[in-house]
Amino acid sequence: MEIKQVFKNLSEASGVSGYEHGLASSIQEGCPWADESRTDKLGNLIMLKKGHGTGPKPKIMLAGHMDEIGLIITKIEKDGFLRFGTIGGFDQRVLLAQEVVVHSKNPLTGVIGAKPPHIQAPGEQSKAVKMEDLFIDVGFDSQAEAQKQVSVGDLVTLKRDVVDLQASLMAGKSFDDRAGVAAILECFRLLAQVNHAADVYGVATVQEEVGLRGAITSTYGIVPDIGIAIDVGFGDSPGLAESDTIKLGQGPGVAIGPHVHPKVHKRMVETAKEWNIPYSLDPSPYPGGTDAYAIQVARGGVPTILLSIPLRYMHTPIETLDYEDVKRTGRLMAMFIAGVDNEFVEGLTCF
Amino acid sequence: MKTVIQQLTEAFGPSGYETEVTDLIKEMVEAYADEVRTDVLGNVIAIKKGSQEGRDVMFAAHTDEIGLVVTFIDDKGFLRFANVGGVSVSTLVGNRVRFAGGAIGVIYQEKGAWKDLTLDKLYIDIGAETKEEAQKMVRLGEFGIFHREFTDLGNRLIAKAMDDRIGCVVLIEALKKIQNPKNTLYFVFTAQEEVGLRGARTAAYGIDPDLGIALDVTLTGDMPEAMRMEVALGKGAAIKVKDSSLVVHPKVKDLLVQLAEENSIPYQMEVLERGGTDAGAIHLTKAGVPSGAISIPTRYVHSPSEMVDIRDVQACVDLVVALAKVDLTGIC
Amino acid sequence: MLLARLTEANGAPGQEGEVRELIRTEIQPHVQEIKTDALGNLIAIKNPDAPGPKVMLAAHMDEVALMIVGIESNGFLKVRPIGGVDPRVLVAKSVVVGSKKIAGVIGSKPIHLQRPPERERAFTMEELLIDIGAKNKEEAERLVSLGECAYFSTKYQEFGEGKVKAKALDDRVGCALAIRLLQDTYPFPLVAAFTVQEEVGLRGAGVATYQVKPDIALVLEGTTASDVPGTDDHKHATSLGQGPAITVMDRTSIPHPPLVQELFSLAEDEGIKVQVRRNTAGGTDAGQIQMSEAGVKVATIAVPCRYIHSPVSVLSKTDYEGAYQLIKGYLKRLQERGENA
Repeated sequence: MEIKQVFKNLSEASGVSGYEHGLASSIQEGCPWADESRTDKLGNLIMLKKGHGTGPKPKIMLAGHMDEIGLIITKIEKDGFLRFGTIGGFDQRVLLAQEVVVHSKNPLTGVIGAKPPHIQAPGEQSKAVKMEDLFIDVGFDSQAEAQKQVSVGDLVTLKRDVVDLQASLMAGKSFDDRAGVAAILECFRLLAQVNHAADVYGVATVQEEVGLRGAITSTYGIVPDIGIAIDVGFGDSPGLAESDTIKLGQGPGVAIGPHVHPKVHKRMVETAKEWNIPYSLDPSPYPGGTDAYAIQVARGGVPTILLSIPLRYMHTPIETLDYEDVKRTGRLMAMFIAGVDNEFVEGLTCF
Repeated sequence: MKTVIQQLTEAFGPSGYETEVTDLIKEMVEAYADEVRTDVLGNVIAIKKGSQEGRDVMFAAHTDEIGLVVTFIDDKGFLRFANVGGVSVSTLVGNRVRFAGGAIGVIYQEKGAWKDLTLDKLYIDIGAETKEEAQKMVRLGEFGIFHREFTDLGNRLIAKAMDDRIGCVVLIEALKKIQNPKNTLYFVFTAQEEVGLRGARTAAYGIDPDLGIALDVTLTGDMPEAMRMEVALGKGAAIKVKDSSLVVHPKVKDLLVQLAEENSIPYQMEVLERGGTDAGAIHLTKAGVPSGAISIPTRYVHSPSEMVDIRDVQACVDLVVALAKVDLTGIC
Repeated sequence: MLLARLTEANGAPGQEGEVRELIRTEIQPHVQEIKTDALGNLIAIKNPDAPGPKVMLAAHMDEVALMIVGIESNGFLKVRPIGGVDPRVLVAKSVVVGSKKIAGVIGSKPIHLQRPPERERAFTMEELLIDIGAKNKEEAERLVSLGECAYFSTKYQEFGEGKVKAKALDDRVGCALAIRLLQDTYPFPLVAAFTVQEEVGLRGAGVATYQVKPDIALVLEGTTASDVPGTDDHKHATSLGQGPAITVMDRTSIPHPPLVQELFSLAEDEGIKVQVRRNTAGGTDAGQIQMSEAGVKVATIAVPCRYIHSPVSVLSKTDYEGAYQLIKGYLKRLQERGENA
């Protein structure tokens, strides 16, 4: 299967933070280039592509998170309506009138409703509908019926098929960060064709959206010499300043900031130039918010870099990106990895 | 069990200064554990050895309580203070505090409207008439707690520091009942939970368990015009699905539900939208520890009068006992 | 002057190179081992093979700064704070930018062109651009790269009654203390960890501690003093001239109570003036150090500094000396006790 198709399938599948177990097998099937793969105790999928040659090999970890933000049932109201909370950061204004899947024993179709506009007071439409006033309607007529099929703590995901826009642009849900996972697959595909000394651990991490949790534990277990986090970055879109965004269609953002090792950054930029891979420089004074932050401080410290795939409308079900950027990110990583040897790794602790 | 609850809830133990509580606990568990030790942060770890094929299970209940710390003594002998953990201003005015050295005082407010009230507009009166007299009674940097006695209302009990001495009680009572467990059990009475799950983090690192279970209080939604939450007092042990610190591993959640069903232990599902427990720290230890939490439904959490139902406490004890015996193959 | 050299060096979080080189040169003759790690922490060890307890002194090298995140078409530099910077302290300051140390100024709209109500409003970070005198974007790009940082160009100066004025006293004063303490002899292993990235979340200290595995750690800091007009006495946190401040609790740690107690009694016995840090806001590397692995005994000793995180912070030399005496006294006691952890 083409990686782009694997990506589309992943986007449409469900895997809220902590509940990603359904995704690992599709990713594994989409990655025939790995020599080994395993799932760790928290559910991180770790795929290993072994390096060539004998003797000690550098270890490079690639991390893209597979979890998505979602909703969770907190209460079953009389008449069978469901109240919910969130797992991860939603803009409450995005939720109104979305279609959802309630993951109960049997998955249920639902819609997110609120008080209809006709009975609202004048001026009310200028205010956002609050999360606590929203509810999910799964079509049950009574609390008793709802309680039979749904329980408090059941998870909910937004439902959205991938849409192909003009050229290679696409829109859909959970591109954050299944696009990062797709970039890892693109990288593995190319690694099968190039000579590389390093053992490469492609990790589809769990629970990034609730606190980079999968990256914390998977990095501890892998003990990499270099960590590359691949996440999505704010794409250019109306109302955002140029200095806060990276442009779609111009390759990944290559971060520079406290969470990025200067020598890894330098080599990454040189690689992009050498292989004519477009990239944007992405200055990041606030290091938090991606797996790179967690990877960097595992054990005695890991030289880390962050690559960002430009993405518009983050944390909505119509996240939009240019698939060419995903491929470019994969290619940049593969070419970078091809150039890493023990000497380069040893130099990373020399300041 | 009520005597144990009274003893523990009335003891002094703000975050970082838990020794009075841990001394009591050590005495209570010594006869029942195979080994009891204390670590650098002040966590007390009681170990009950299991069989060869069993797993290492860490249970955590925190010994610390919220409190306050003296930051200033003025010329007339009044004290100013900062919070230790999540103290709400609305629970303080008119309440009494007790300090490490034994001084007792009343908290009151400067003039001004309730809605503008912040911690730095409150002061403590310990009855001193001068700065010098106050300085003899308390030191700058001394920690204090709510000064409040335990009250028995029958099924319902009120005390300060139910959060989380009631979790400690659950572990102590469970330990007393468990004979020859399948799994090796680490009953960890953790320090400094209220200031960021700190004790559990270092304890879990030292133990490196296969499974982590926190015993802590959770909020309820069964009071007049309460926040929206399904957990209620008297409806059994609350099995956590998620809170801000952790999404419970689905296998662990399912196991707890199954054990409750099989042993006819009353239970309810808990989704806590704000707040965390020691399980949040445990599950991120080293390469990851599948973790969950059994919560004791508690009203008025972080006030001087936290209320639990003894039947819920019993249900939590039963669930811990059931977990000690269960075969964890395929779970962790 | 050590403190002058240290504070005049520049080191944003993640870009501590200049400070690190300076410290390396200072401590080289006094330690047996020096290494750097993957994040750039500088770890120096005295008596690596001596019997314990292993004591770690920690001071962070980084300072708050401004990162260049954009270059406008007219050559002005757009910045974002890296670490906590109040935009109001930036107006009309001179700075140096990047590795080429390009001079620049932070400009703002002249008062003549402002309508009176505008003057009541603080400038936002968006309005505060750096002018390096470049004609256009291309010229600016030749001098400065995105991701480089701008620093206040404040000179170290002693003034008033034993006061010091400088930038970055937080935490070069801690670095200075650690450097001086390394110059003495001890029978046990003494490690100095000069950490990176404290200002963006205590990033360096945790990984340094994981490598060092100390029994006891002392965090040496510069901390807020607010003994200034307009602040109530009970909100002073610390006061200049009252001696080093010992922390009983802050946002990131409750330092090891027995160790804190020992420092207070030591100060009393030796007649060293100390103060309790009378505020629980703010955090230090102690938070990460204490929770490293299975836990570490930690205490924080800080020199009070007014106007912290601004271009001009102020400390009292007596507090600086007091901190040195206190730590030296503690290390001497450890030595006398011959304590083995």
